[in-house]
Amino acid sequence: MKALNDVNLEIPRGEFVALLGPSGCGKSTALNCIAGLLDVTAGAILLDDKRIDLLRPEERGFGMVFQNYALFPHMTVRKNVGFGLKMRGVGSAEADKRSDEALRLVRLESQAAKLPGQLSGGQQQRVAIARAIVVEPPLVLMDEPLSNLDAKLRLEMRAEIRRIHQSLGSTTIYVTHDQDEALSLADRIVVMRDGQIRQVGTPEDLYIRPAHLDVAEFMGFRNRVPGKIVAREGDGKAGALVTVQIGDSMVKATLREPIAGESAVLAVRPDDLEPAAAGVPATVETMEYRGKEFVGTAKGPSGSELVFRSHTRLANGTAVHLAAEPSRALVYSGMAA
Amino acid sequence: MQKSLTERLWAWAVWVTVGFFVLNLFGMIGSVLVSSFASRWLRTWLPDGYTTRWYASAWAEFQLGDVLIVTFQIVFAVVALSALLGVPAAYAMARREFPGKKAVMLLFLLPLLVPPVTFGIPLATVLYQSGLGGTMWGVILANLVPTVPFVILVMIPFIEQIDTKVEAAARVFGANTFKLFIHVLLPLLLPGILAALLLVLVRTIAMFELTFLTAGPTSQTLVVALYYSVFAAGVRSVQSIAAMAVVYMVVTLVWLIIALQFVNPTQIVTRAKRSDAH
Amino acid sequence: MSTATPSPAAPRADDLSLSRRLSLRGLDAITLLVVPAVLFLLALFIYPFAYGFWLSFQPKPETVEAVKASIPALANYQKFFSDPFQYETITKTFRIALPVTILNLLLAIPIAFRVRLMTRQRLLTTILVVPITLGTVLVAEGLLTYLGPQGWFNRTLMTIGLISNPVKLTHNYWGVFLSLVITGFPFTFLLTLSYVTGIDPALENAAATLGAKASQRFREIFLPLLVPGLAITFLLSFVQAFAVFPSAIMLGEPAGSTRVISYAAYQAAFEDYDYAMASAIAIIMGVVQLVVVVIVLWARNLFYKGPVAGGKG
Repeated sequence: MKALNDVNLEIPRGEFVALLGPSGCGKSTALNCIAGLLDVTAGAILLDDKRIDLLRPEERGFGMVFQNYALFPHMTVRKNVGFGLKMRGVGSAEADKRSDEALRLVRLESQAAKLPGQLSGGQQQRVAIARAIVVEPPLVLMDEPLSNLDAKLRLEMRAEIRRIHQSLGSTTIYVTHDQDEALSLADRIVVMRDGQIRQVGTPEDLYIRPAHLDVAEFMGFRNRVPGKIVAREGDGKAGALVTVQIGDSMVKATLREPIAGESAVLAVRPDDLEPAAAGVPATVETMEYRGKEFVGTAKGPSGSELVFRSHTRLANGTAVHLAAEPSRALVYSGMAA
Repeated sequence: MQKSLTERLWAWAVWVTVGFFVLNLFGMIGSVLVSSFASRWLRTWLPDGYTTRWYASAWAEFQLGDVLIVTFQIVFAVVALSALLGVPAAYAMARREFPGKKAVMLLFLLPLLVPPVTFGIPLATVLYQSGLGGTMWGVILANLVPTVPFVILVMIPFIEQIDTKVEAAARVFGANTFKLFIHVLLPLLLPGILAALLLVLVRTIAMFELTFLTAGPTSQTLVVALYYSVFAAGVRSVQSIAAMAVVYMVVTLVWLIIALQFVNPTQIVTRAKRSDAH
Repeated sequence: MSTATPSPAAPRADDLSLSRRLSLRGLDAITLLVVPAVLFLLALFIYPFAYGFWLSFQPKPETVEAVKASIPALANYQKFFSDPFQYETITKTFRIALPVTILNLLLAIPIAFRVRLMTRQRLLTTILVVPITLGTVLVAEGLLTYLGPQGWFNRTLMTIGLISNPVKLTHNYWGVFLSLVITGFPFTFLLTLSYVTGIDPALENAAATLGAKASQRFREIFLPLLVPGLAITFLLSFVQAFAVFPSAIMLGEPAGSTRVISYAAYQAAFEDYDYAMASAIAIIMGVVQLVVVVIVLWARNLFYKGPVAGGKG
């Protein structure tokens, strides 16, 4: 069983790339291979056209931020940050100076003399980031750095990471399973599943035009309804309009991948599905108040569960028609991709 | 990570050392084994001939039958009593915070940290002065001193693993203390108790100093009898001592193998080391 | 709450029963389950020590006579420290226990480092547990045969050509030394292994990505984090070795270079029937061990002794 299968990726200098996927998809494996902590069994890793996959991790010169921070508990914050410099032979006065500069960048210069155990989770996180960037590496690797923080802290730290990347411009590879993080931080996102790359694109690409059903599922297309293609327009390639029959209703939607036969799956975001005059018939089951609007679930044709958005509360059992813009209703082939 | 030459040399050196240790260990065991079956073994690699008569002669000479019976009486008494004293104490330590708990914990730790000889001499003095010295009960009591704390220290993490809410749930559904014990606690604790008692058994069979200092001629365990046989007055043949040693080895290793079905080898060694990584 | 301020001496109205109040402090029927074990250990562990301590100051009249003690109560101690045959047992025991412990530790550290990377450690740990299970007496008896002048060890060395005459390894210092290494190393190793595996592996990875070579990782990361645990390992191993008893008699020269302090105590009790003297020697033995414990723990406090994980999670 391969942890990574035929992964090909090119990253230009200065880009912030997110490796996104569910646990077990191989994203951490890929990151560890780049860092040198895992060996590749076939293939090569190149930095500026030089092969680095035969080098040991201490020879690659990258900066890495670990999920549990991995701060050295017996060294002060300043010594932690300066460790990489010390390993490169930088004198201790110079190392301390540059460490303090890095700590100023992450706004922790007042904690420089403390031990990691005396800091909060968010502070430890920032020390780990400072430690990785102080050596001015050609590549910064981050392995789910925010997953151990609570929700509020995660949002704050996301902004910090974005700010640091903007001021330093270092090439960054960021591993996460949280699509919101990837969407907000990355210049490009690489969606992975079962050791393979499923799609590479900008956040907008992935949000609006996921290339496969499993990517769509991961990006939040909660409604996935089986149907039959009855009419095609244009060349039948991705992007063409089709008409899909769901139960007794006809729905206009956009193809995302070429489909040979008739069976297909229609994917729509809850945000894009609303009650309308005409559309797929369904019976309302529950309504949730979300402040700005309501989110409802309904039972559609052939028992499928539909999640939709509404401005008004609808009573249980109300019969509604649900519709979405054709460009927001995506059609994928009927078998699991 | 690719290995450098120095790393490979280190690895090789480590394995050579371990191999050397294991080789000598097996050599030692082997030479005793071979000696016990040797009809004559003086100046050669291997004996001139093989026989099993030494076992019969050792059995008679050292009264191994009686010694084995006494050993098992003592060992099983120690196992049973340390369970009776230790398990309830462990339960109380795991479930309750009370004033003086730290002192009590220290009291349970000390017999495992202080080597048996150091407290064995004063203990033997007290036992002899109270008339228990040289009797089987004296030996049992002496051996209980390190085993009760051992049971307690092994059981406490086991008990802590059982969620108190499980006990609370049992009570909510109508169990009184006795039923709680029989239907909930005992089944959950049985693996831990079994592990602890097997470890106590193995350790007590090999426990020399305490038994040596408190035993009389009829209350010696096998290991003490083995020691005395080496110094036996008169001419004892090396082979019959070896036969006795083999009997001892078999007894110990049989129980070790049984114990290892239920416990990890490292637990035999664990003394009161403060929290293993939690 | 009443509005009147109660005077300091006025008792609070308390309608909790005595048993309820006790259980709030953690004392109820369950807590009483410790009592049997506590009483047992007080009677058979603490009391003998206390009694022995007291007894050591009750020397037999002959002892006071022989030593011409100015303070009669201290006669046993005076006798011990004025007789080289007795007080030299301390140095002799040290000379055995200290090198054995240091050797065991020096072997255990690199071996534990290698073994922690193994996935199937169980076979190795099982084999290593065998000498501990067999116990010191059997190992000593086995070594009498194996290391003897006709034993396989000497034969192998002569066959290889390393030596031409058998090396004397029994009934001397070396026999005891080797016996203690065989029974002590597994304990030292397993303890060291548990400390080594307790260090978060991410710390080593982090150091590697920051440019630290293997030797630097060992020196900067592992060693400082291991020192507190190694101190404990040293102490537990040393205390065990210092109490050496049957090996020193079976495999050594109990009247000469391997006359260990535990043997001196034993002789006083069971050959001279002088329990007071035996208690005194046992107390001295305990005190020496305690002094070593205190020194090593004090030295350990000079090093870092916090947690060995690198942060939350």
